[in-house]
Amino acid sequence: MKILVAVKRVVDHNVRIRVRPDGTGVETTGVRMSMNPFCKHAVEAAVQLAEKGQASEVVIVSIGPKQSNDVILTALAMGAHRGILVETDAALETLTIAKLLAKVTEEEQPDLILLGKQAVDDDSNHVGQMLAALTNRPQATFASEILVKGSELEVTREVDYGRETVAVPLPAVVTADLRLNTPRNAALPMVMKARSKPLAVRPATEFGIDLAPRLVVEKISPPAERVAGKTVGSVADLAAAIAAEVNEMEAL
Amino acid sequence: MSVLLLADHDKGELSPATARLVAAASQLGPVDLLVVAENPDNIAAAAAQIAGVRIVQVVKAAETAESITNSLESLAQRYQSVSASASSVGKDVIPRLAAKLDIQPVTDVVEILGPNRFTRPIYAGNALETLTDPQPKHLLTFRASAFRPAASGNAAPVENLDLSVNSAARFLAAHRTESDTPDLATAQIVIGGGVSVGSAEGFQLIEKLGKTLGAAVGATRAAVDAGYAPNDWQIGQTGKIIAPDLYIAIGISGALQHLAGIQGAKKIFAINTDAEAPLVKIADVALIGDLFEIVPQLIAELEKHGLKR
Repeated sequence: MKILVAVKRVVDHNVRIRVRPDGTGVETTGVRMSMNPFCKHAVEAAVQLAEKGQASEVVIVSIGPKQSNDVILTALAMGAHRGILVETDAALETLTIAKLLAKVTEEEQPDLILLGKQAVDDDSNHVGQMLAALTNRPQATFASEILVKGSELEVTREVDYGRETVAVPLPAVVTADLRLNTPRNAALPMVMKARSKPLAVRPATEFGIDLAPRLVVEKISPPAERVAGKTVGSVADLAAAIAAEVNEMEAL
Repeated sequence: MSVLLLADHDKGELSPATARLVAAASQLGPVDLLVVAENPDNIAAAAAQIAGVRIVQVVKAAETAESITNSLESLAQRYQSVSASASSVGKDVIPRLAAKLDIQPVTDVVEILGPNRFTRPIYAGNALETLTDPQPKHLLTFRASAFRPAASGNAAPVENLDLSVNSAARFLAAHRTESDTPDLATAQIVIGGGVSVGSAEGFQLIEKLGKTLGAAVGATRAAVDAGYAPNDWQIGQTGKIIAPDLYIAIGISGALQHLAGIQGAKKIFAINTDAEAPLVKIADVALIGDLFEIVPQLIAELEKHGLKR
């Protein structure tokens, strides 16, 4: 089985982001960037399948500026075999990303495509589902367990009511949730070795996809700030405050 | 300018979120509901009662992403907007449908500013994006908790559609959390527990407080990862987004990813040993101390107030 994993470079999830005062976006210059956490779970899942002998090759693809090489190298250090950077400095919409990935899928013909369920910058949660539609494959999103059963996968998904298990025939698209696995930190020798693994750079413009955005973003603004309240001194005071809130609610 | 809206349901019943989704979708035009379910009859009957619904269309089919997407697709041509809840189902199907229709979707909408202007949170709610969608068709998901529910008392017609929808994926099994607490996403009061609750047994104390107040119970990602609480209780950027009138956070320090899920709460109360915890800093009312001492006393005090709801 050949696996394609798509990964995204985002503002590190531990960074407290700052909205630019002019409303044009979120400050990213001088901010620590790293691989989107959900993408790390997808890479880890692919590498584990390779280690179990259930996958023969793990190919990493990322779409973004030249610096996205860093997150591809991270994935190669975790154990993936080769990388593809689809290079563009433009901010692409999720549908455009999915179309580019569909082109890469056409070239690579993977049996399984793994992605993170969402990126923690735009929080879209779109690309896996779109790619499944564009490549006419079944999808299993928000995966917390992936089992290979012959030419099918049994995937347990995290859903609003709990969890559910679905069977998807290969080729398929699976998106990773946080409890799928614990991503490894690559040891230094693996990091060194990653630099010698093949990494192809392809301009996004060579795929024949219209990269222009459809939506018009007017502004990015900070949310309303919450002001600090008061500290009460006793459980009785807290109970009285709760009782006051509840009584007001019932008056509605 | 009519809107097709996918009804949200669970265990053969319409979910309380649907009335909120109808209220949201009604801001864009007349709303037609679509119910896709293996046993749709009760769901459709309840959906027909929501004010503002023009018709309830029903497809009896398996509830996989493909069969729901195919059902929506067969009707999409007649509508200017096709929409769903930003729930695990809506998130699964709307992007898939959007790619089929070659439309860039707008998801997790929390405010409708005009016929094609929307606000959605990004970066775990630490920024808000205001955008215009000039496409001929809009594909949307709404965050139910951001909208007040539509009234009931309607009697919209119910129409069964004879569609055959295919799905390569097959549903095998559901693993449910048995709980009689109210629906987390739409509850008026929510109690949340953090990793300091310490154990699954500790969460029984949180649940007991929940019962006293008729509240839903949630948890942080750390508490879920530690196995103290089931995954469907997780509140935050990647879990459920809540907007109750009152949120009581117990032993929760307030990681950014958790705060993302509670920003819609009208009032936040906190119980924590650490007065400097980020969540305590944004709480309307805080009590500093050990939750294992405070919560049992609090339950007793609340019972004195006669708040058994």
